[in-house]
Amino acid sequence: MQAALEISGLKKTYKGGFQALKGIDLQVTQGDFFALLGPNGAGKSTTIGVITSLVNKTEGKVCVFGHDIDSELDKAKSFLGLVPQEFNFNQFEAPMKILVNQAGYYGVDRKVAKQRAEKYLKQLDLWDKHDQPSRNLSGGMKRRLMIARALMHEPKVLILDEPTAGVDIELRRHMWDYLRELNSQGITIILTTHYLEEAEMLCRNIAIIDKGTIVENTDMKTLLSQLHIETFVLDLKPGAAQPQLQDVDHRLLDDHTLEVDIAKSQSVNAVFTQLTEQGIEVQSMRNKANRLEELFVTLVANNDKGAQ
Amino acid sequence: MSFTTTRIALSSILHKEVNRFMRIWVQTLVPPAITISLYFVIFGSLIGKRIGEMGGFDYMSFIVPGLIMMSVITNSYSNVASSFFSAKWQRNVEEMLVAPVPNWVIVAGYVGGGMARGILVGLIVTIVALFFVDIQIHNIWVIIATVMLTSAVFALGGLINAVFAGSFDDISIIPTFVLTPLTYLGGVFYSISLLPEFWQGVSKINPIVYMVNAFRYGFLGISDVSLAVAFSVIGVFIVTLFAIAMYLISRGIGLRS
Ligand SMILES: Nc1ncnc2c1ncn2[C@@H]1O[C@H](COP(=O)(O)OP(=O)(O)OP(=O)(O)O)[C@@H](O)[C@H]1O
Ligand SMILES: [Mg+2]
Repeated sequence: MQAALEISGLKKTYKGGFQALKGIDLQVTQGDFFALLGPNGAGKSTTIGVITSLVNKTEGKVCVFGHDIDSELDKAKSFLGLVPQEFNFNQFEAPMKILVNQAGYYGVDRKVAKQRAEKYLKQLDLWDKHDQPSRNLSGGMKRRLMIARALMHEPKVLILDEPTAGVDIELRRHMWDYLRELNSQGITIILTTHYLEEAEMLCRNIAIIDKGTIVENTDMKTLLSQLHIETFVLDLKPGAAQPQLQDVDHRLLDDHTLEVDIAKSQSVNAVFTQLTEQGIEVQSMRNKANRLEELFVTLVANNDKGAQ
Repeated sequence: MSFTTTRIALSSILHKEVNRFMRIWVQTLVPPAITISLYFVIFGSLIGKRIGEMGGFDYMSFIVPGLIMMSVITNSYSNVASSFFSAKWQRNVEEMLVAPVPNWVIVAGYVGGGMARGILVGLIVTIVALFFVDIQIHNIWVIIATVMLTSAVFALGGLINAVFAGSFDDISIIPTFVLTPLTYLGGVFYSISLLPEFWQGVSKINPIVYMVNAFRYGFLGISDVSLAVAFSVIGVFIVTLFAIAMYLISRGIGLRS
C-alpha cells in the first residue's frame, strides 16, 4: 500500500549554521495514528515545517501519498492539513471568515465552504463564536479553530503540532475523542506532543526524535514491552518497623515512604505478603512516574552517550 | 491547479483583502477624505485664489487630478504594505503557503486588494472634490486606465516593501522618505513647465510625474508629457515590479526559513 508519508535522509541546517535535522527517515502508513515524540528543540516542528513546505529542506526526500514535494508540491499540499504549534491565524478576523477563506485557497467553492465551516465549528463547539474576532477566543478555542481550519479541504493526512498544549484535561479528552473519530473515518493522523500519555492513549506507531535524529521508531506495543521495571511508591503507616524485603529492589525514602521496583516477571503480591508478615500496613500506593517518561529519559540518555 | 481552483483561490484572497480594509474603514477610508478636504480648503480656496491660473485652468481645477492621484498612490501602497506585513507578523500568511496557491495568485490577490482600496479612496476623494469644484472629464478611458495602472504599480511596491520589512517601522520608511517627496515633486501642485529647464529634466526621472500628468489629461486634456511616454513608463514599472514580487514570493524571501 502507498505510504501516506515517506521521509528519507532529511536534513535541515538553518541560516546561521544550526543543524536541526541530521538525517531523518520516517514512514507513516495510510490510516495510521502516528506520534512524533521528543523533548523541546528536538526538531519536531522543523520536520513538520519541511513536510508542509513552510521550511526549506537542506537535503533529503519527502513524499506525501507518493507525491514528491520537490516535483509535485501542489499535489502533496492538497493531501495535507496542518495544525501548527503557534497560533497563526489573523486575530482580527472571525472564525467563519478564516475557515471559508482557507477552504478557498484549496479551491473549495464558497457555498460548500460555508456549510463545511458550520459543520466543523459546531463539532468543535465554536459555533457561538463564529462571527466574533478570533482574538476573543480562549486558548483552547483557538486550538480547536486551527483544527477546524485544517479540515476545511478534507485532507487525507492531518498533522498536528502539539495540539493539546495549554488545553485542560477535560477538553483534551474531547479532543482525543475527536481525533480518534477522524482517524476511524480513514484520516491518517500524525501528531507531536510533550504529553507522553497522549501518545500512549492515541497512537499505534511512534517515532522518538532527539537532537535532530530518530532514536526509536516502532509500534506502541513493542515500545511499551521494552519496559521491564515499574516503580511504585508505598506510603506506610507511621511508627511501623523497618521493612525488610527479599528479591525486590527497594529504597526507604523516609521512615514511612517506600519505593519498590517490580520487574515484569514479578508480582506486587510478593511485596505485600512480605510487608504483612512484618506487620507493616500500607496506606496507599501510586506509580512513581509515567512509564513512558522513564523510557523516554533512557532513550534520550542513550542518544547522548552515542553522540559523545 | 485547474482554472476553477485558481479562480476560487484568487477570489478568496481578494475577498479577505477587501474585507480587511472595509472592516477598519475609519482608519482606511475616512482619513484620505479629511486630508483632501484640508488640501482643498488651504490650497484651493485660500491660497489658490492668489495663484490664479495654472496651465490655463483655475488652480483648484488644476490640482484636483493630482490630489486624487496622490491618495490613490498612498492608499494602494499602504494597503498592501500593512496587510501583507501583518500577515507575515501574525503568520497567517502560512495559511496560503501550506495550500496549493500559485505564487502569481498570491501576488495578484494582494495587488488586487491594494488596487481596490486605492480606487475606492480615489472615488471618495473625487466625490469630496465635487463639493469644492466642478470636475470636467476630457477622456474617461484615460482616467480609468491611469488610475488602474498606477494603483497596480504602487500596490506592487507595497508588497515588495512588506516582503523585506522586519518591523512595522519598516513599512513607513518608504512612504515617508520616498513616496511623499516624489509625490510632492511629481507635479501635483504645479505644472513642471514652470520649472527651469534643468529641473524639468530632473522631474522626468520621477515616475509620478507621468502618472499625475496622464491622469490630469483625462480630466483637463492637458499634460506636461506625452501620453504614450506616460503609459510606457507605467507599463515598464508594472512589469519590473511584478517580476521582482514574483521572484521574492516564489523564493519565499522573508516567508520560509
Ligand atoms: N528559524 C530558525 N532559525 C534557526 N534555528 C531554528 C529555527 N527554527 C528552529 N530552530 C532550531 O532548531 C531546533 C529544532 O527546533 P524545533 O522547533 O523543530 O523543535 P521542536 O522539537 O518542535 O521543539 P518544541 O517541542 O519546543 O516545539 C531548535 O534548536 C531551534 O532553536
Ligand atoms: Mg515544536
